[in-house]
Amino acid sequence: MATMGVNMAIRNDHELHKRRVKSNLLLGLVLGGFVTLVFAITMVKLKDGQLMEAFNHTLRNSLLEKSK
Amino acid sequence: MSDASPLIDEREAEFGDYFALLKPRVMSLVVFTAAVGLFVAPVPVHPVIAFASILFIAIGAGASGALNMWWDADIDAVMTRTQSRPVPSGRITGAAAKQLGIWLSVIAVVMLWLTANALAGALLAFTIFFYAVVYSMWLKRSTPQNIVIGGAAGAFPPMIGWAVATGNISVDSVLMFGLIFVWTPPHFWALALFMNDDYTKAGVPMLPVTHGTTVTRKQIMIYALLLAPVALGISFTSIGGPVYFAISLVLNAAFLRGAWHVLHRSDAAAFADKFSVERKFFRLSLYFLFLHFGGLLIEAALRATSLDMASWPQWV
Repeated sequence: MATMGVNMAIRNDHELHKRRVKSNLLLGLVLGGFVTLVFAITMVKLKDGQLMEAFNHTLRNSLLEKSK
Repeated sequence: MSDASPLIDEREAEFGDYFALLKPRVMSLVVFTAAVGLFVAPVPVHPVIAFASILFIAIGAGASGALNMWWDADIDAVMTRTQSRPVPSGRITGAAAKQLGIWLSVIAVVMLWLTANALAGALLAFTIFFYAVVYSMWLKRSTPQNIVIGGAAGAFPPMIGWAVATGNISVDSVLMFGLIFVWTPPHFWALALFMNDDYTKAGVPMLPVTHGTTVTRKQIMIYALLLAPVALGISFTSIGGPVYFAISLVLNAAFLRGAWHVLHRSDAAAFADKFSVERKFFRLSLYFLFLHFGGLLIEAALRATSLDMASWPQWV
């Protein structure tokens, strides 16, 4: 790194970097949107009163009520 | 490594290129028909669940588009219409398209299953399999019946939408499937008539390439005749009604008239005016499908506001 002079410094504003930043931002937005969507789906399902538990080796009253 | 910089300076794959892999124009039709299938169903769906389900159906359709672009890159490179797609133009490697297609398929199917129900997820998985494997890998290069059978893949979305709402398959949803299924062959054969050179160059056995244009024109007419009873029949199910019936009547009359004109054209006349009648028929086919599903949406809105006609006959 010591040989890297002023002329060889990485230029952050290179056109390629700008495009990469744009792509990364868009991918970040997509992933953020996905997380938000899964959260929203979960809230709706819980509000609708879906039973979020299943059989786990012991019979529980709530499961018996569901099967009625 | 002296030539590394010019290579890297060439167009590197961007977000938009990956989006193009998902065939956004096909996706928009899938979103529309799936949404109609969902909204015309007699069971109300929570807006968030409806939005998420349609999104996952769209992602599933996009994933099969990416798999198709990976598999068909050699064909796409030859055809003028598809040369600039991300894989044949070299911006995205075939392997990357394949990975994106596989993983988006898995995500879309699992998420639709969890968001809606198992039937909807299973139908989406089958649709992706049908488009990517049955159509792209088995049929497209081997038989002129490729789009007839492959059309099923494009016909599933309204059925999936219906399954999201009801968890079921019914006469209504099967008829919506039938509408797109029978509509697909005349739609693509009209396109194949004026894109004949492209398909010949790529060696894709489209009907005009293997059996000639006269047979193709005849087949378009036959399918237009088959399409009318399916389209009109929907009028007399629980999702149909007088408005849909009126729209369907006008569209089918226009479609049959268009098919008739296509049938009675010689190749010389078609060449002379650059396939203007065939192009017009192709455009009409797009309106045909869009307006039929639009009509179903109007009927659903009328039912929701109790403005529907109670005395309208319902056969099933």
